[in-house]
Amino acid sequence: MPRPEVMSWLRKRFFPHLWCPGCGHGIIMHAILRALIDSGKTKEQTVIASGIGCSSRMPGYIDACTIHTTHGRSLAFATGIKLANPELTIVDVMGDGDCTAIGGNHFIHACRRNIGITAVVMNNNIYGMTGGQASPTTPLGAKATTAPYGAIDPPFDVCKLAQGAGATYVARTTVAQPVLCEQYIKNGIANRGFSVIEILTNCHTQFGRRNNLRTPVDNLNFFKKNSVPLAKAQGMTPADLEGKIVTGEFVKREAPEYTDLYRSLVERIGGDER
Amino acid sequence: MRDRYEIRFAGSGGQGVILAAVVVGEAAAIFEGLNSVQTQSYGPEARGGKSKSEVVISRGSIDYPKATTPDLQIILNQASCDEFIAQTGKGGIVVVDDTYVSSVPETEAQVFSLPIVKTAREKVGRELVTNMVALGVTAKILEKKGLMKAESLKQAVLARVPKGTEEINEKAFIEGYKLME
Amino acid sequence: MPRVEFWQGNASIAQGALAAGCRFFGGYPITPSSEIAEVMAAELPAHNGRFIQMEDEIAGIAAAIGGSVAGFKAMTATSGPGFSLKQENLGLAYMAEIPLVVVDVMRGGPSTGLPTSIAQQDVMQARWGTHGDHATIAYAPSSVQECFEVAIKAFNMAERFRQPVLIMSDEVLGHMREKVVVPDRETYTIVNRKKPSCAPDVFMPYKPDPEDNLPPMASFGDGYRWHITGLTHNEWGFPTNCPEEIAKKTARLMDKVNAYRDDIVEFETESVEDARIIVVAFGSVARTALSAVRMARSKGLKVGYFRPIVLWPFPDRELEALAEKAGKLIVPELNYGQMVNEVERSVHGKAGITQMSLVNGELFQPSEILEKIEEVAR
Repeated sequence: MPRPEVMSWLRKRFFPHLWCPGCGHGIIMHAILRALIDSGKTKEQTVIASGIGCSSRMPGYIDACTIHTTHGRSLAFATGIKLANPELTIVDVMGDGDCTAIGGNHFIHACRRNIGITAVVMNNNIYGMTGGQASPTTPLGAKATTAPYGAIDPPFDVCKLAQGAGATYVARTTVAQPVLCEQYIKNGIANRGFSVIEILTNCHTQFGRRNNLRTPVDNLNFFKKNSVPLAKAQGMTPADLEGKIVTGEFVKREAPEYTDLYRSLVERIGGDER
Repeated sequence: MRDRYEIRFAGSGGQGVILAAVVVGEAAAIFEGLNSVQTQSYGPEARGGKSKSEVVISRGSIDYPKATTPDLQIILNQASCDEFIAQTGKGGIVVVDDTYVSSVPETEAQVFSLPIVKTAREKVGRELVTNMVALGVTAKILEKKGLMKAESLKQAVLARVPKGTEEINEKAFIEGYKLME
Repeated sequence: MPRVEFWQGNASIAQGALAAGCRFFGGYPITPSSEIAEVMAAELPAHNGRFIQMEDEIAGIAAAIGGSVAGFKAMTATSGPGFSLKQENLGLAYMAEIPLVVVDVMRGGPSTGLPTSIAQQDVMQARWGTHGDHATIAYAPSSVQECFEVAIKAFNMAERFRQPVLIMSDEVLGHMREKVVVPDRETYTIVNRKKPSCAPDVFMPYKPDPEDNLPPMASFGDGYRWHITGLTHNEWGFPTNCPEEIAKKTARLMDKVNAYRDDIVEFETESVEDARIIVVAFGSVARTALSAVRMARSKGLKVGYFRPIVLWPFPDRELEALAEKAGKLIVPELNYGQMVNEVERSVHGKAGITQMSLVNGELFQPSEILEKIEEVAR
């Protein structure tokens, strides 16, 4: 059972949740709540934003200021909220399709601005809610309802995308490592800037059953077997890393945060006086 | 019914005809307490091409915001002259630049061919102030018509131009004013 | 003493927005509306407000909605193609009942169309552009002075009714410069958002107050925790599949404006008392129409002028009464017949309607409308 503090952050009247039994999203929600609580955040000053998809139903279960927006656009809404009130802590929960397909443009620009938002990308390699269509992170050869003969589109690497676009904290782990999930999310929240935590999670219902990972346990075992910590991966060849999930903190750097820059601009032109 | 005075500046993009009309409108609205409306039409390009800007001045309210039969046209290139001169209103005045407008189509309007560009180039030293010379010409005409004090237009010019360029623009304006004497 | 300015229509909308208390702008550059963003970029930081240029049109309105959710009076501005892109999140703002002002400076379409030329082809997009049912409030100013005035009214309506309000300007008006007498602050009203007074735990973000049937709205960050969603929701703000709750919500999205229709509808007339023909026009075209009507009057023709200042809801009853008396209407607009449909709906066949369409990137000339008046008068 979750700690009582965690329970106090839940809108318990909406349980049971709509996620399939064994879905990894619950592990991630739990990790987010522990990270928020351990970071000393309050429900009244915390915003959970989302777009559309299974992952995006998470805000409905969290008893904070929550906003469930349009598909892929949540970071643009969150950007407006953060710019309006930089004191708020904002966690944007998104799926792989939400973040890297329809929301790809908003994602890279949030990275570029380095605005103080923590994006938790729940990557299950599939569109689960709509019935198992291929996403930009569906691995080559994997099957989906819109890739019945196996995907031929090269997948995105969410962390490299975030790093290239300018995010100042970028990390990856899997739902098989819930303590690391919590730790990385906490580090992301502490980072003054845009943070991306990619968490590989299982959709055994839509992805797994088409790709020989039928049960939640199969998926967790897959994550455990194929995860390679960054330090170890650095000594491996590309061939060795084929099909592996490199986990760890890829980016931890300091750069001016967007709302800080905006505040300096206002001060520079004397706007705060008026 | 004609409680409105229509002015059109026409030339090629980059000659500053839009700013010229804006300045006349500002002089009328802010310095003379009249009503004024300024409109323009231009292609997507910022330089070259045809450029046209109009300002309507009235003591009463102004309905249709564009010029239909301009009372005064200041025309700075041949293409605009060929296209617009026939639209001049009854008893209207057309001022053309004698460098860029070499032939003036038959018209009942009163036509003045003046060295606007030459004055900007030679007397003031910069072709860039062509529109300010044209405004000096306009000021003299509007003053003669009893529509606006030349001083109001000069004030509007000085309020509009970038800091540090007041002197050259004022000089251009005065030289233009003198062209009509 | 009121101050006199010589502003562009776009600048006047921006200045009116600032006067109304707008302190958040999210947008994306597009001709012919960009001057609104440019004025806001210069003014908002100086007024302790927030300006952000987003990565696209969709993000521009999303950021503005975010700003509104966090408590600011917020605005975005665009033109045709951008207005199309904004429809998705405009729908979210209607559904989630977030106050917002959206300016559409109309240019020719479809598609990229005519970026630097006038049209009035977005009348129906303003009403029906996003999917689903909701009530629309849309202003259509016709002078630079009125741009300032309707900007204030649009914010007042948005904050009062908790929904997006549109300002449908056009390329000629947006780029036109005209004298504006900036009204003194005491001469106009400013409406601010109704905030909840209840304890946070019992706050129902979509439960209307019994006295006005309008729900108060908390801001993120001011102590209330609540849920916003584009899904159809109950009075707590949570998704619902209950037919009664769905019906109640969607009906209220219509009713909250319809019930106050008389507070919203605005129009202007001239010479309608004895008119046998009335020219009905809006926006920049109304100025041509007024010019033609005055010319016709000077020729002794009994012609009147009717201009909706608010396009949605349409001043249907008021027009119907005048149309019945006059018997003939002429409806010039820069499209192939959009407002004219609403005119037809309004007058219930009690007047003959002559439609005038022009889509060539220009305004009607007064002589063109005058000729039509003379033709209809014969």
